[in-house]
Amino acid sequence: MNSRYAAWAVGLAVLIALPFVYRDPYHLHILVLILIWSFAYTSWSIMGRFGLVSLGHGGFMGVGAYVTALLWNHLHITPWIGIPVGMLLAGVLALIVAYPCFRFRITGHYFVLVTLALSGIVLQVITATREYTGGSLGLTPNRDRGIWALQFDDKTTWYLIALFVWVVGLVVWNWVDRSMARYAMEAISEDEDAAAAAGVNVTAEKLKITLVSALMTALAGAIYCQYQMFISPDTVSGIAVSLQMVFAAIVGGLYVSLGPTVGAIITILLAEILRIGFGTKAVGWDNLVYGLLLVLFIIFLPKGILGSILERLKLKKA
Amino acid sequence: MQGFLDVFDIFLLEAVINGILLGGVLALLALGLNLIFGVIDVTWICYAELVMIGMYGMYYMVQVFGLPYWVAAPFAILLVAALGALLHFLVIEPLLTAPPVNQLLATGGVLFILQSFATVAFGIDFRNLGIRLPVLAFGEMHFSYSRLLSFIAALIGMVAVYLFMTRTFTGTAIRAIAQDRQIMSLMGVDTRRIYLITSALGGALAGLAACLLVLQYDVHPFVGLSFGPITFLICVLGGLGNFVGGFIAAFVFAEIISLGGLFSDLEWGYVLAFAFFIVMMFIRPAGLFARRS
Repeated sequence: MNSRYAAWAVGLAVLIALPFVYRDPYHLHILVLILIWSFAYTSWSIMGRFGLVSLGHGGFMGVGAYVTALLWNHLHITPWIGIPVGMLLAGVLALIVAYPCFRFRITGHYFVLVTLALSGIVLQVITATREYTGGSLGLTPNRDRGIWALQFDDKTTWYLIALFVWVVGLVVWNWVDRSMARYAMEAISEDEDAAAAAGVNVTAEKLKITLVSALMTALAGAIYCQYQMFISPDTVSGIAVSLQMVFAAIVGGLYVSLGPTVGAIITILLAEILRIGFGTKAVGWDNLVYGLLLVLFIIFLPKGILGSILERLKLKKA
Repeated sequence: MQGFLDVFDIFLLEAVINGILLGGVLALLALGLNLIFGVIDVTWICYAELVMIGMYGMYYMVQVFGLPYWVAAPFAILLVAALGALLHFLVIEPLLTAPPVNQLLATGGVLFILQSFATVAFGIDFRNLGIRLPVLAFGEMHFSYSRLLSFIAALIGMVAVYLFMTRTFTGTAIRAIAQDRQIMSLMGVDTRRIYLITSALGGALAGLAACLLVLQYDVHPFVGLSFGPITFLICVLGGLGNFVGGFIAAFVFAEIISLGGLFSDLEWGYVLAFAFFIVMMFIRPAGLFARRS
């Protein structure tokens, strides 16, 4: 166990030191993207691993990103306040949708479709309020450098912020992994009635995990917005984004803490390689490969790449 | 003031009737999805994308190869039916014993595949048949002829499915499987074959919807997103697998969209429909017309 902590510490130290040694802006940009999306995918998998498959996370991400940007652009409220407000709203939204679902035992297919509706709502609201949000053309936060605006030109700063957020995501993941909530949630995903009979408060446990997941996803959206300085309904909300989260988490592996990160590395590198290799001709190809991989993974490797590798290693040891 | 009210009423009536006409096609889509769900217990997240492929099929046959609309339509229906069967054979069948959520996500992968295939193969331009049907003027109200045609064709399609399900042996077997999937294989019904036929039938309904929608809307790779989510909502609201519920819910939704769009932008019609859906989930979580058990 100690060697494991040591490995984590060394890995983290290397990651922190990296931008001070290696300064290629393009590669740092890719790393920042990977870290931010890893955080988003980790947030999704916190509830996804317990069979609570949500396609509403695109919605939470959109709320986080748009609330932060709108408060900044229209009311000049700093993202330091805007981000918590965005997270809070996403959390409220999550509770409004999740409470009836859990209270009335809407699970499986139904839950997926209800959350899918949520993504749809957020996307449509953003498009419909185009006077403020810019509609499908997207939105750019007003330029103003500095800590107050949470806007930096320096890639190193962003890398460190993204790294911090990513580590927070992993810490939360591990915290859930070791908590009583995990046992409760696993019992619930096996059999809700039996779990309830054993004294698990099914609705409350599910709501807790959903709330944590939604708050983190909204944060990911806001950070993404501050970094990219451009958001559009297609990039931070809607069903495509939700499916992308599911895809990355499943490809990497749902049941291990670094799985979603591996998923993010694979998907973002794949998209970048295709983009560089084929240029504008690549439009569509990356999603074609994603889709194909998603189907193949679900059929042949439901535990994901990292999950399957770790399982092999464990079998060998035993 | 009186004149203003007159106009308002006519607009209102026009919106109500347009809503009913829109409901026809939505009901057709909901029927296809419900059929798949009721019999195979799988949700095809990519259902609207099958429709999109069908619309492209129509576009190519009519615009590029110059076939008349009436000749192209059966081919498009067959094409999507074949796609439906293929989808079942390649993706669903290996996952029949997997958790339902995995099946759903796999069809989500197919959604990506179909969308990006269309982007790669057909480009992102908006395309249409170039057929513009006349607008029907009825008093002071205007209805597009294509909507009326779609409504009628959708009704005919639904009646045909109803007759197939009630009057033929295969249809009876399909309904029986929907009730109890274990016992039917003991009764000598080939479940695999029934599943394939059901998938093809679901595909054919998507194909029919494609032929009708292509008359009203331009086709582009992401067209599925504009009516896919609404179809799922309709099915959930009506109770997944509940044919009558889906039928009625389709018209309820179409009216909300149409009337909501009358007072504001069309997007707000959709937002209203979504909001209605969430409220209904509080009140009737198992669907509008759930039978109490």
